Amino acid sequence: MKPSAFTYHRFDDLADVVDALTTFGEDAKLLAGGQSLVPMMNMRLARFGHLIDITRIESLRSIERTDDRVVIGAGVRHCVLERDELIESAAPLLHAATPLIGHFQIRSRGTIGGSLAHADPAAEQPAVAVALDATFDVVSSRGARSIAAEDYFIGQWETSMEFDEVLRSVSMPVWNGPVRVGVAEFSRRHGDFAIAGAMVQLQVADDDEVVRSAVAVFGLSSIPNRARSVEATVCGRRLGDVDPAEIGELAVAGIADVAEDAHVSSAYRRSIAVAMVAEAWQRAASDGRQDRP
Amino acid sequence: MNEMTVSVRVNGQPREIRVEARKLLADALREDLGLTGTHVGCEHGVCGACTILLDGDAVRACLMFAVQAEGCDVVTIEGVAGGAGAMGDVQQAMHECHGLQCGFCTPGFVMSITAFLEQHPNPDERAIREGLSGNLCRCTGYVGIVAAVKAAASARARR
Repeated sequence: MKPSAFTYHRFDDLADVVDALTTFGEDAKLLAGGQSLVPMMNMRLARFGHLIDITRIESLRSIERTDDRVVIGAGVRHCVLERDELIESAAPLLHAATPLIGHFQIRSRGTIGGSLAHADPAAEQPAVAVALDATFDVVSSRGARSIAAEDYFIGQWETSMEFDEVLRSVSMPVWNGPVRVGVAEFSRRHGDFAIAGAMVQLQVADDDEVVRSAVAVFGLSSIPNRARSVEATVCGRRLGDVDPAEIGELAVAGIADVAEDAHVSSAYRRSIAVAMVAEAWQRAASDGRQDRP
Repeated sequence: MNEMTVSVRVNGQPREIRVEARKLLADALREDLGLTGTHVGCEHGVCGACTILLDGDAVRACLMFAVQAEGCDVVTIEGVAGGAGAMGDVQQAMHECHGLQCGFCTPGFVMSITAFLEQHPNPDERAIREGLSGNLCRCTGYVGIVAAVKAAASARARR
């Protein structure tokens, strides 16, 4: 349970990280909070010749609001997101989802960029990114590019970033007007990765008509799944006319590759996902409303 | 061997150690600094036995390399004890409330509780159980530990 030997590099400047990735190629790995990477290294599931520590890079730690987006540096730690007022007001779904990551001792080191680059299908922040159409700003010696969330996650622990690219920031759209959010997940023990979970963000008119929604399920297949069929179905309907259980069934209907493991059959995982979508929907529907349970 | 020199403040004292880059902070504390109060349990961040304070935040010492602590302020269980053999207030509460049996998990619990009470000076039982969920104890059933957190919080409120 000790990692294999590596050469450690720590840089204060992102340009040096880009150079090092170009030099060392696939033998190098970026080290952010390390809360997923170090366990894998301790168990020798992963080994690298060079580890490049990016936790001291100041430019990766900013949180900024533009007109219609909030841009979060890849090095922002979960515990900072939890307590940040801008995140609470401009990215309420991310704010609601982040406390469900691991335990507070994990969130004090883990970063949003680390979670998004690790791309665990049962992780919370990738699901938020997929639900809200986030974009990923990545950079390499070949220049910078922007990747849409739907093109970014391509498989379990797999993203469309090349080995020499660094995730600089993630940007999430801020909806115009008040939103309601709901997060639900189910795991065997507190702090474990979820068997399945769901993210819901809603915009509701004064007459209770759903004008906009974003729904994603996670933990079910190799990547977070956006439930566009649900979004299309609920649009224009009144909140009271939407049956949460029906929404749950609809959200998972098109997902073929439901994961199975030693503890959880795919049928059971699917039924959990249906329940979590319904739960997240109900939480969003009643979010901030004193007159609802 | 990829050895590096690390300067780190541990329990208020500046220390310098020479370690392999792959050496976990938990192992460096125990083997290179002789601070064996930090216990190593699962070595993948689940059990919480190695919890320490890094720049004031509770972290897993098994999920970071000693070289990453360069320039940081580390507090271990040895640093929360009172002087001359006296216990710190969280340790005292654990003792009085029977919050330990074998004691292996206890240093990690004390460090987590120390950080938790900074953020939640007056926690209810639900918040305590949530806050303690990242530390595993196989002896007590947690009842005494939860009572110890309540006792430590009220003792601080009375001061």
